[in-house]
Amino acid sequence: MTRKVLVLAETRDGSLRNVSFEAIAAAKTVAEGGEVVGVLIGENVSALGAELVQFGADRVVVVEDEKLKQYTSDGYAQGLLAVLEKESPEGLVFGHTSLGKDLSPRIAAKLSSGLISDATAVEVAGGNVVFTRPIYSGKAFEKKIVTDGLIFATVRPNNIAPLAKDESRTGEVAALSVEIKDLRAIIKEVVRKASEGVDLSEAKVVISGGRGVKSAEGFEPLKELANVLGGAVGASRGACDADYCDYSLQIGQTGKVVTPDLYIACGISGAIQHLAGMSNSKVIVAINKDPEANIFKVADYGIVGDLFEVVPLLTEEFKKIKVHS
Amino acid sequence: MNIFVLLKRTFDTEEKITISGGKINEDGAEFIINPYDEYAVEEAIQVRDANGGEVTVISVGTEEAEKQLRTALAMGADKAVLINTEETSENGDQFTTSKIIAEYLKDKEADLIIGGNVAIDGGSGQVGPRVAELLNIPYVTTITKLEIDGTNVTVTRDVEGDSEIIETSLPLLVTAQQGLNEPRYPSLPGIMKAKKKPLEELELDDLDLEEDDVEAKTKTIEIYLPAKKEAGKVLSGELNDQVKELVHLLHTEAKVV
Repeated sequence: MTRKVLVLAETRDGSLRNVSFEAIAAAKTVAEGGEVVGVLIGENVSALGAELVQFGADRVVVVEDEKLKQYTSDGYAQGLLAVLEKESPEGLVFGHTSLGKDLSPRIAAKLSSGLISDATAVEVAGGNVVFTRPIYSGKAFEKKIVTDGLIFATVRPNNIAPLAKDESRTGEVAALSVEIKDLRAIIKEVVRKASEGVDLSEAKVVISGGRGVKSAEGFEPLKELANVLGGAVGASRGACDADYCDYSLQIGQTGKVVTPDLYIACGISGAIQHLAGMSNSKVIVAINKDPEANIFKVADYGIVGDLFEVVPLLTEEFKKIKVHS
Repeated sequence: MNIFVLLKRTFDTEEKITISGGKINEDGAEFIINPYDEYAVEEAIQVRDANGGEVTVISVGTEEAEKQLRTALAMGADKAVLINTEETSENGDQFTTSKIIAEYLKDKEADLIIGGNVAIDGGSGQVGPRVAELLNIPYVTTITKLEIDGTNVTVTRDVEGDSEIIETSLPLLVTAQQGLNEPRYPSLPGIMKAKKKPLEELELDDLDLEEDDVEAKTKTIEIYLPAKKEAGKVLSGELNDQVKELVHLLHTEAKVV
């Protein structure tokens, strides 16, 4: 059956986030030939609608209001629920981002619907739309279907390939006027700590440090390598517990789960707790002094050596490649 | 202040996962309070100690969750409620759990509800915001700081590494992120006291809910383990050469840079 599927697009610093294009690709599968409608909520965001169409949306609905400049659950819920009421879709897809995690359960509760969070794949099989999602932080996977009502899912960044951008595609970008009432929680201030780097959950490359990094300063060579590769810096629980870095960088069963193309583990022993957060990365490199370290068991490539020698050498070597390409 | 904590019993983070009969094998596994819910218990105790009131810890699940509820009582919570769902929980989803919790809480006049931002087993992170919506109260997820002044609340929220300072008010639901606090270990006197603290056990009937009211909207059709990775290539030779080889392999073989 064909379905109308809505995709809530997300912006960061005025640009669309990659995960929104991935969500459109997922929505195309859910739609089974039906219409995919992008939804843009914010202030002065309508100009981004064309790009959603180029990535596969058939048309775009825009809700703009000065109260929607920053994401708040109350503001976005009002905007999105108005769109849902008007469009009555059979499917709804968000990115499994901070925003998606915060808003999607509320919308699901409001609509008395199911919600499949953090999907890493979607397919149509045996007459069902089947989502794959990691459980136990990636130590296992489950396949899940919606049995009643709206097919609603959030998709994990970096897992579902976006469709190729087609600049010749055109579609309607129409505004929907919604009166945004009072917000019960107001953002007073945003302290940007992650701004210097790339967002961990969406990064294609993650350079991660463990106890072997030995101090906060010890993260400097890792940051340099991350800069050269356009990646983000992460950490093991050990490094966070030892106060070498902020908990916001922690990767593991508690902490963030990442699936970049390239994960470089520096001075990380590879406890189960850490592996749960990164073992589904596409390519894993381990750098550790201890040849017996558990991390080598999940690594595709390993170097036994002192990270403070290896990482700067790697940085220099990658610089050469970047210059050539 | 009337404070409630939403608590889930989960596998220990260090447990290896195996599957038997199409399900996660629980035989012999260690169970703990979901780590994020532990932050919630700690925060609730601190808020009570600063503002007065009572902390009630709620869990939806089977009788086995009593152990984790006793642990929360030993940490310092005042009361516990176990909503026993036996068969329902087997097939239940987040719709089911949140509906049960909201039904229990709807006439409790909660000022503050605290949960973990995600459970490390199912990993959906849905129940907190769903409960808030069902109770029609505001919520803030992944918080790292909570300050309460009368009914005014200032919350710091972790947003993918950045922090948002949010102003809101009671009644409120928040979900805990790592960094919110350092959960205490239960003391020996605490453990002794916990044995005498009230632990109420309820069933769906007690909440005037029928199985149909909480029937799941989603269904798991398969559970499997990820494919085992083949052993990787540990490089050898002079460090300089190893590094050159690694970069070459990443560039030409793995094609990730």
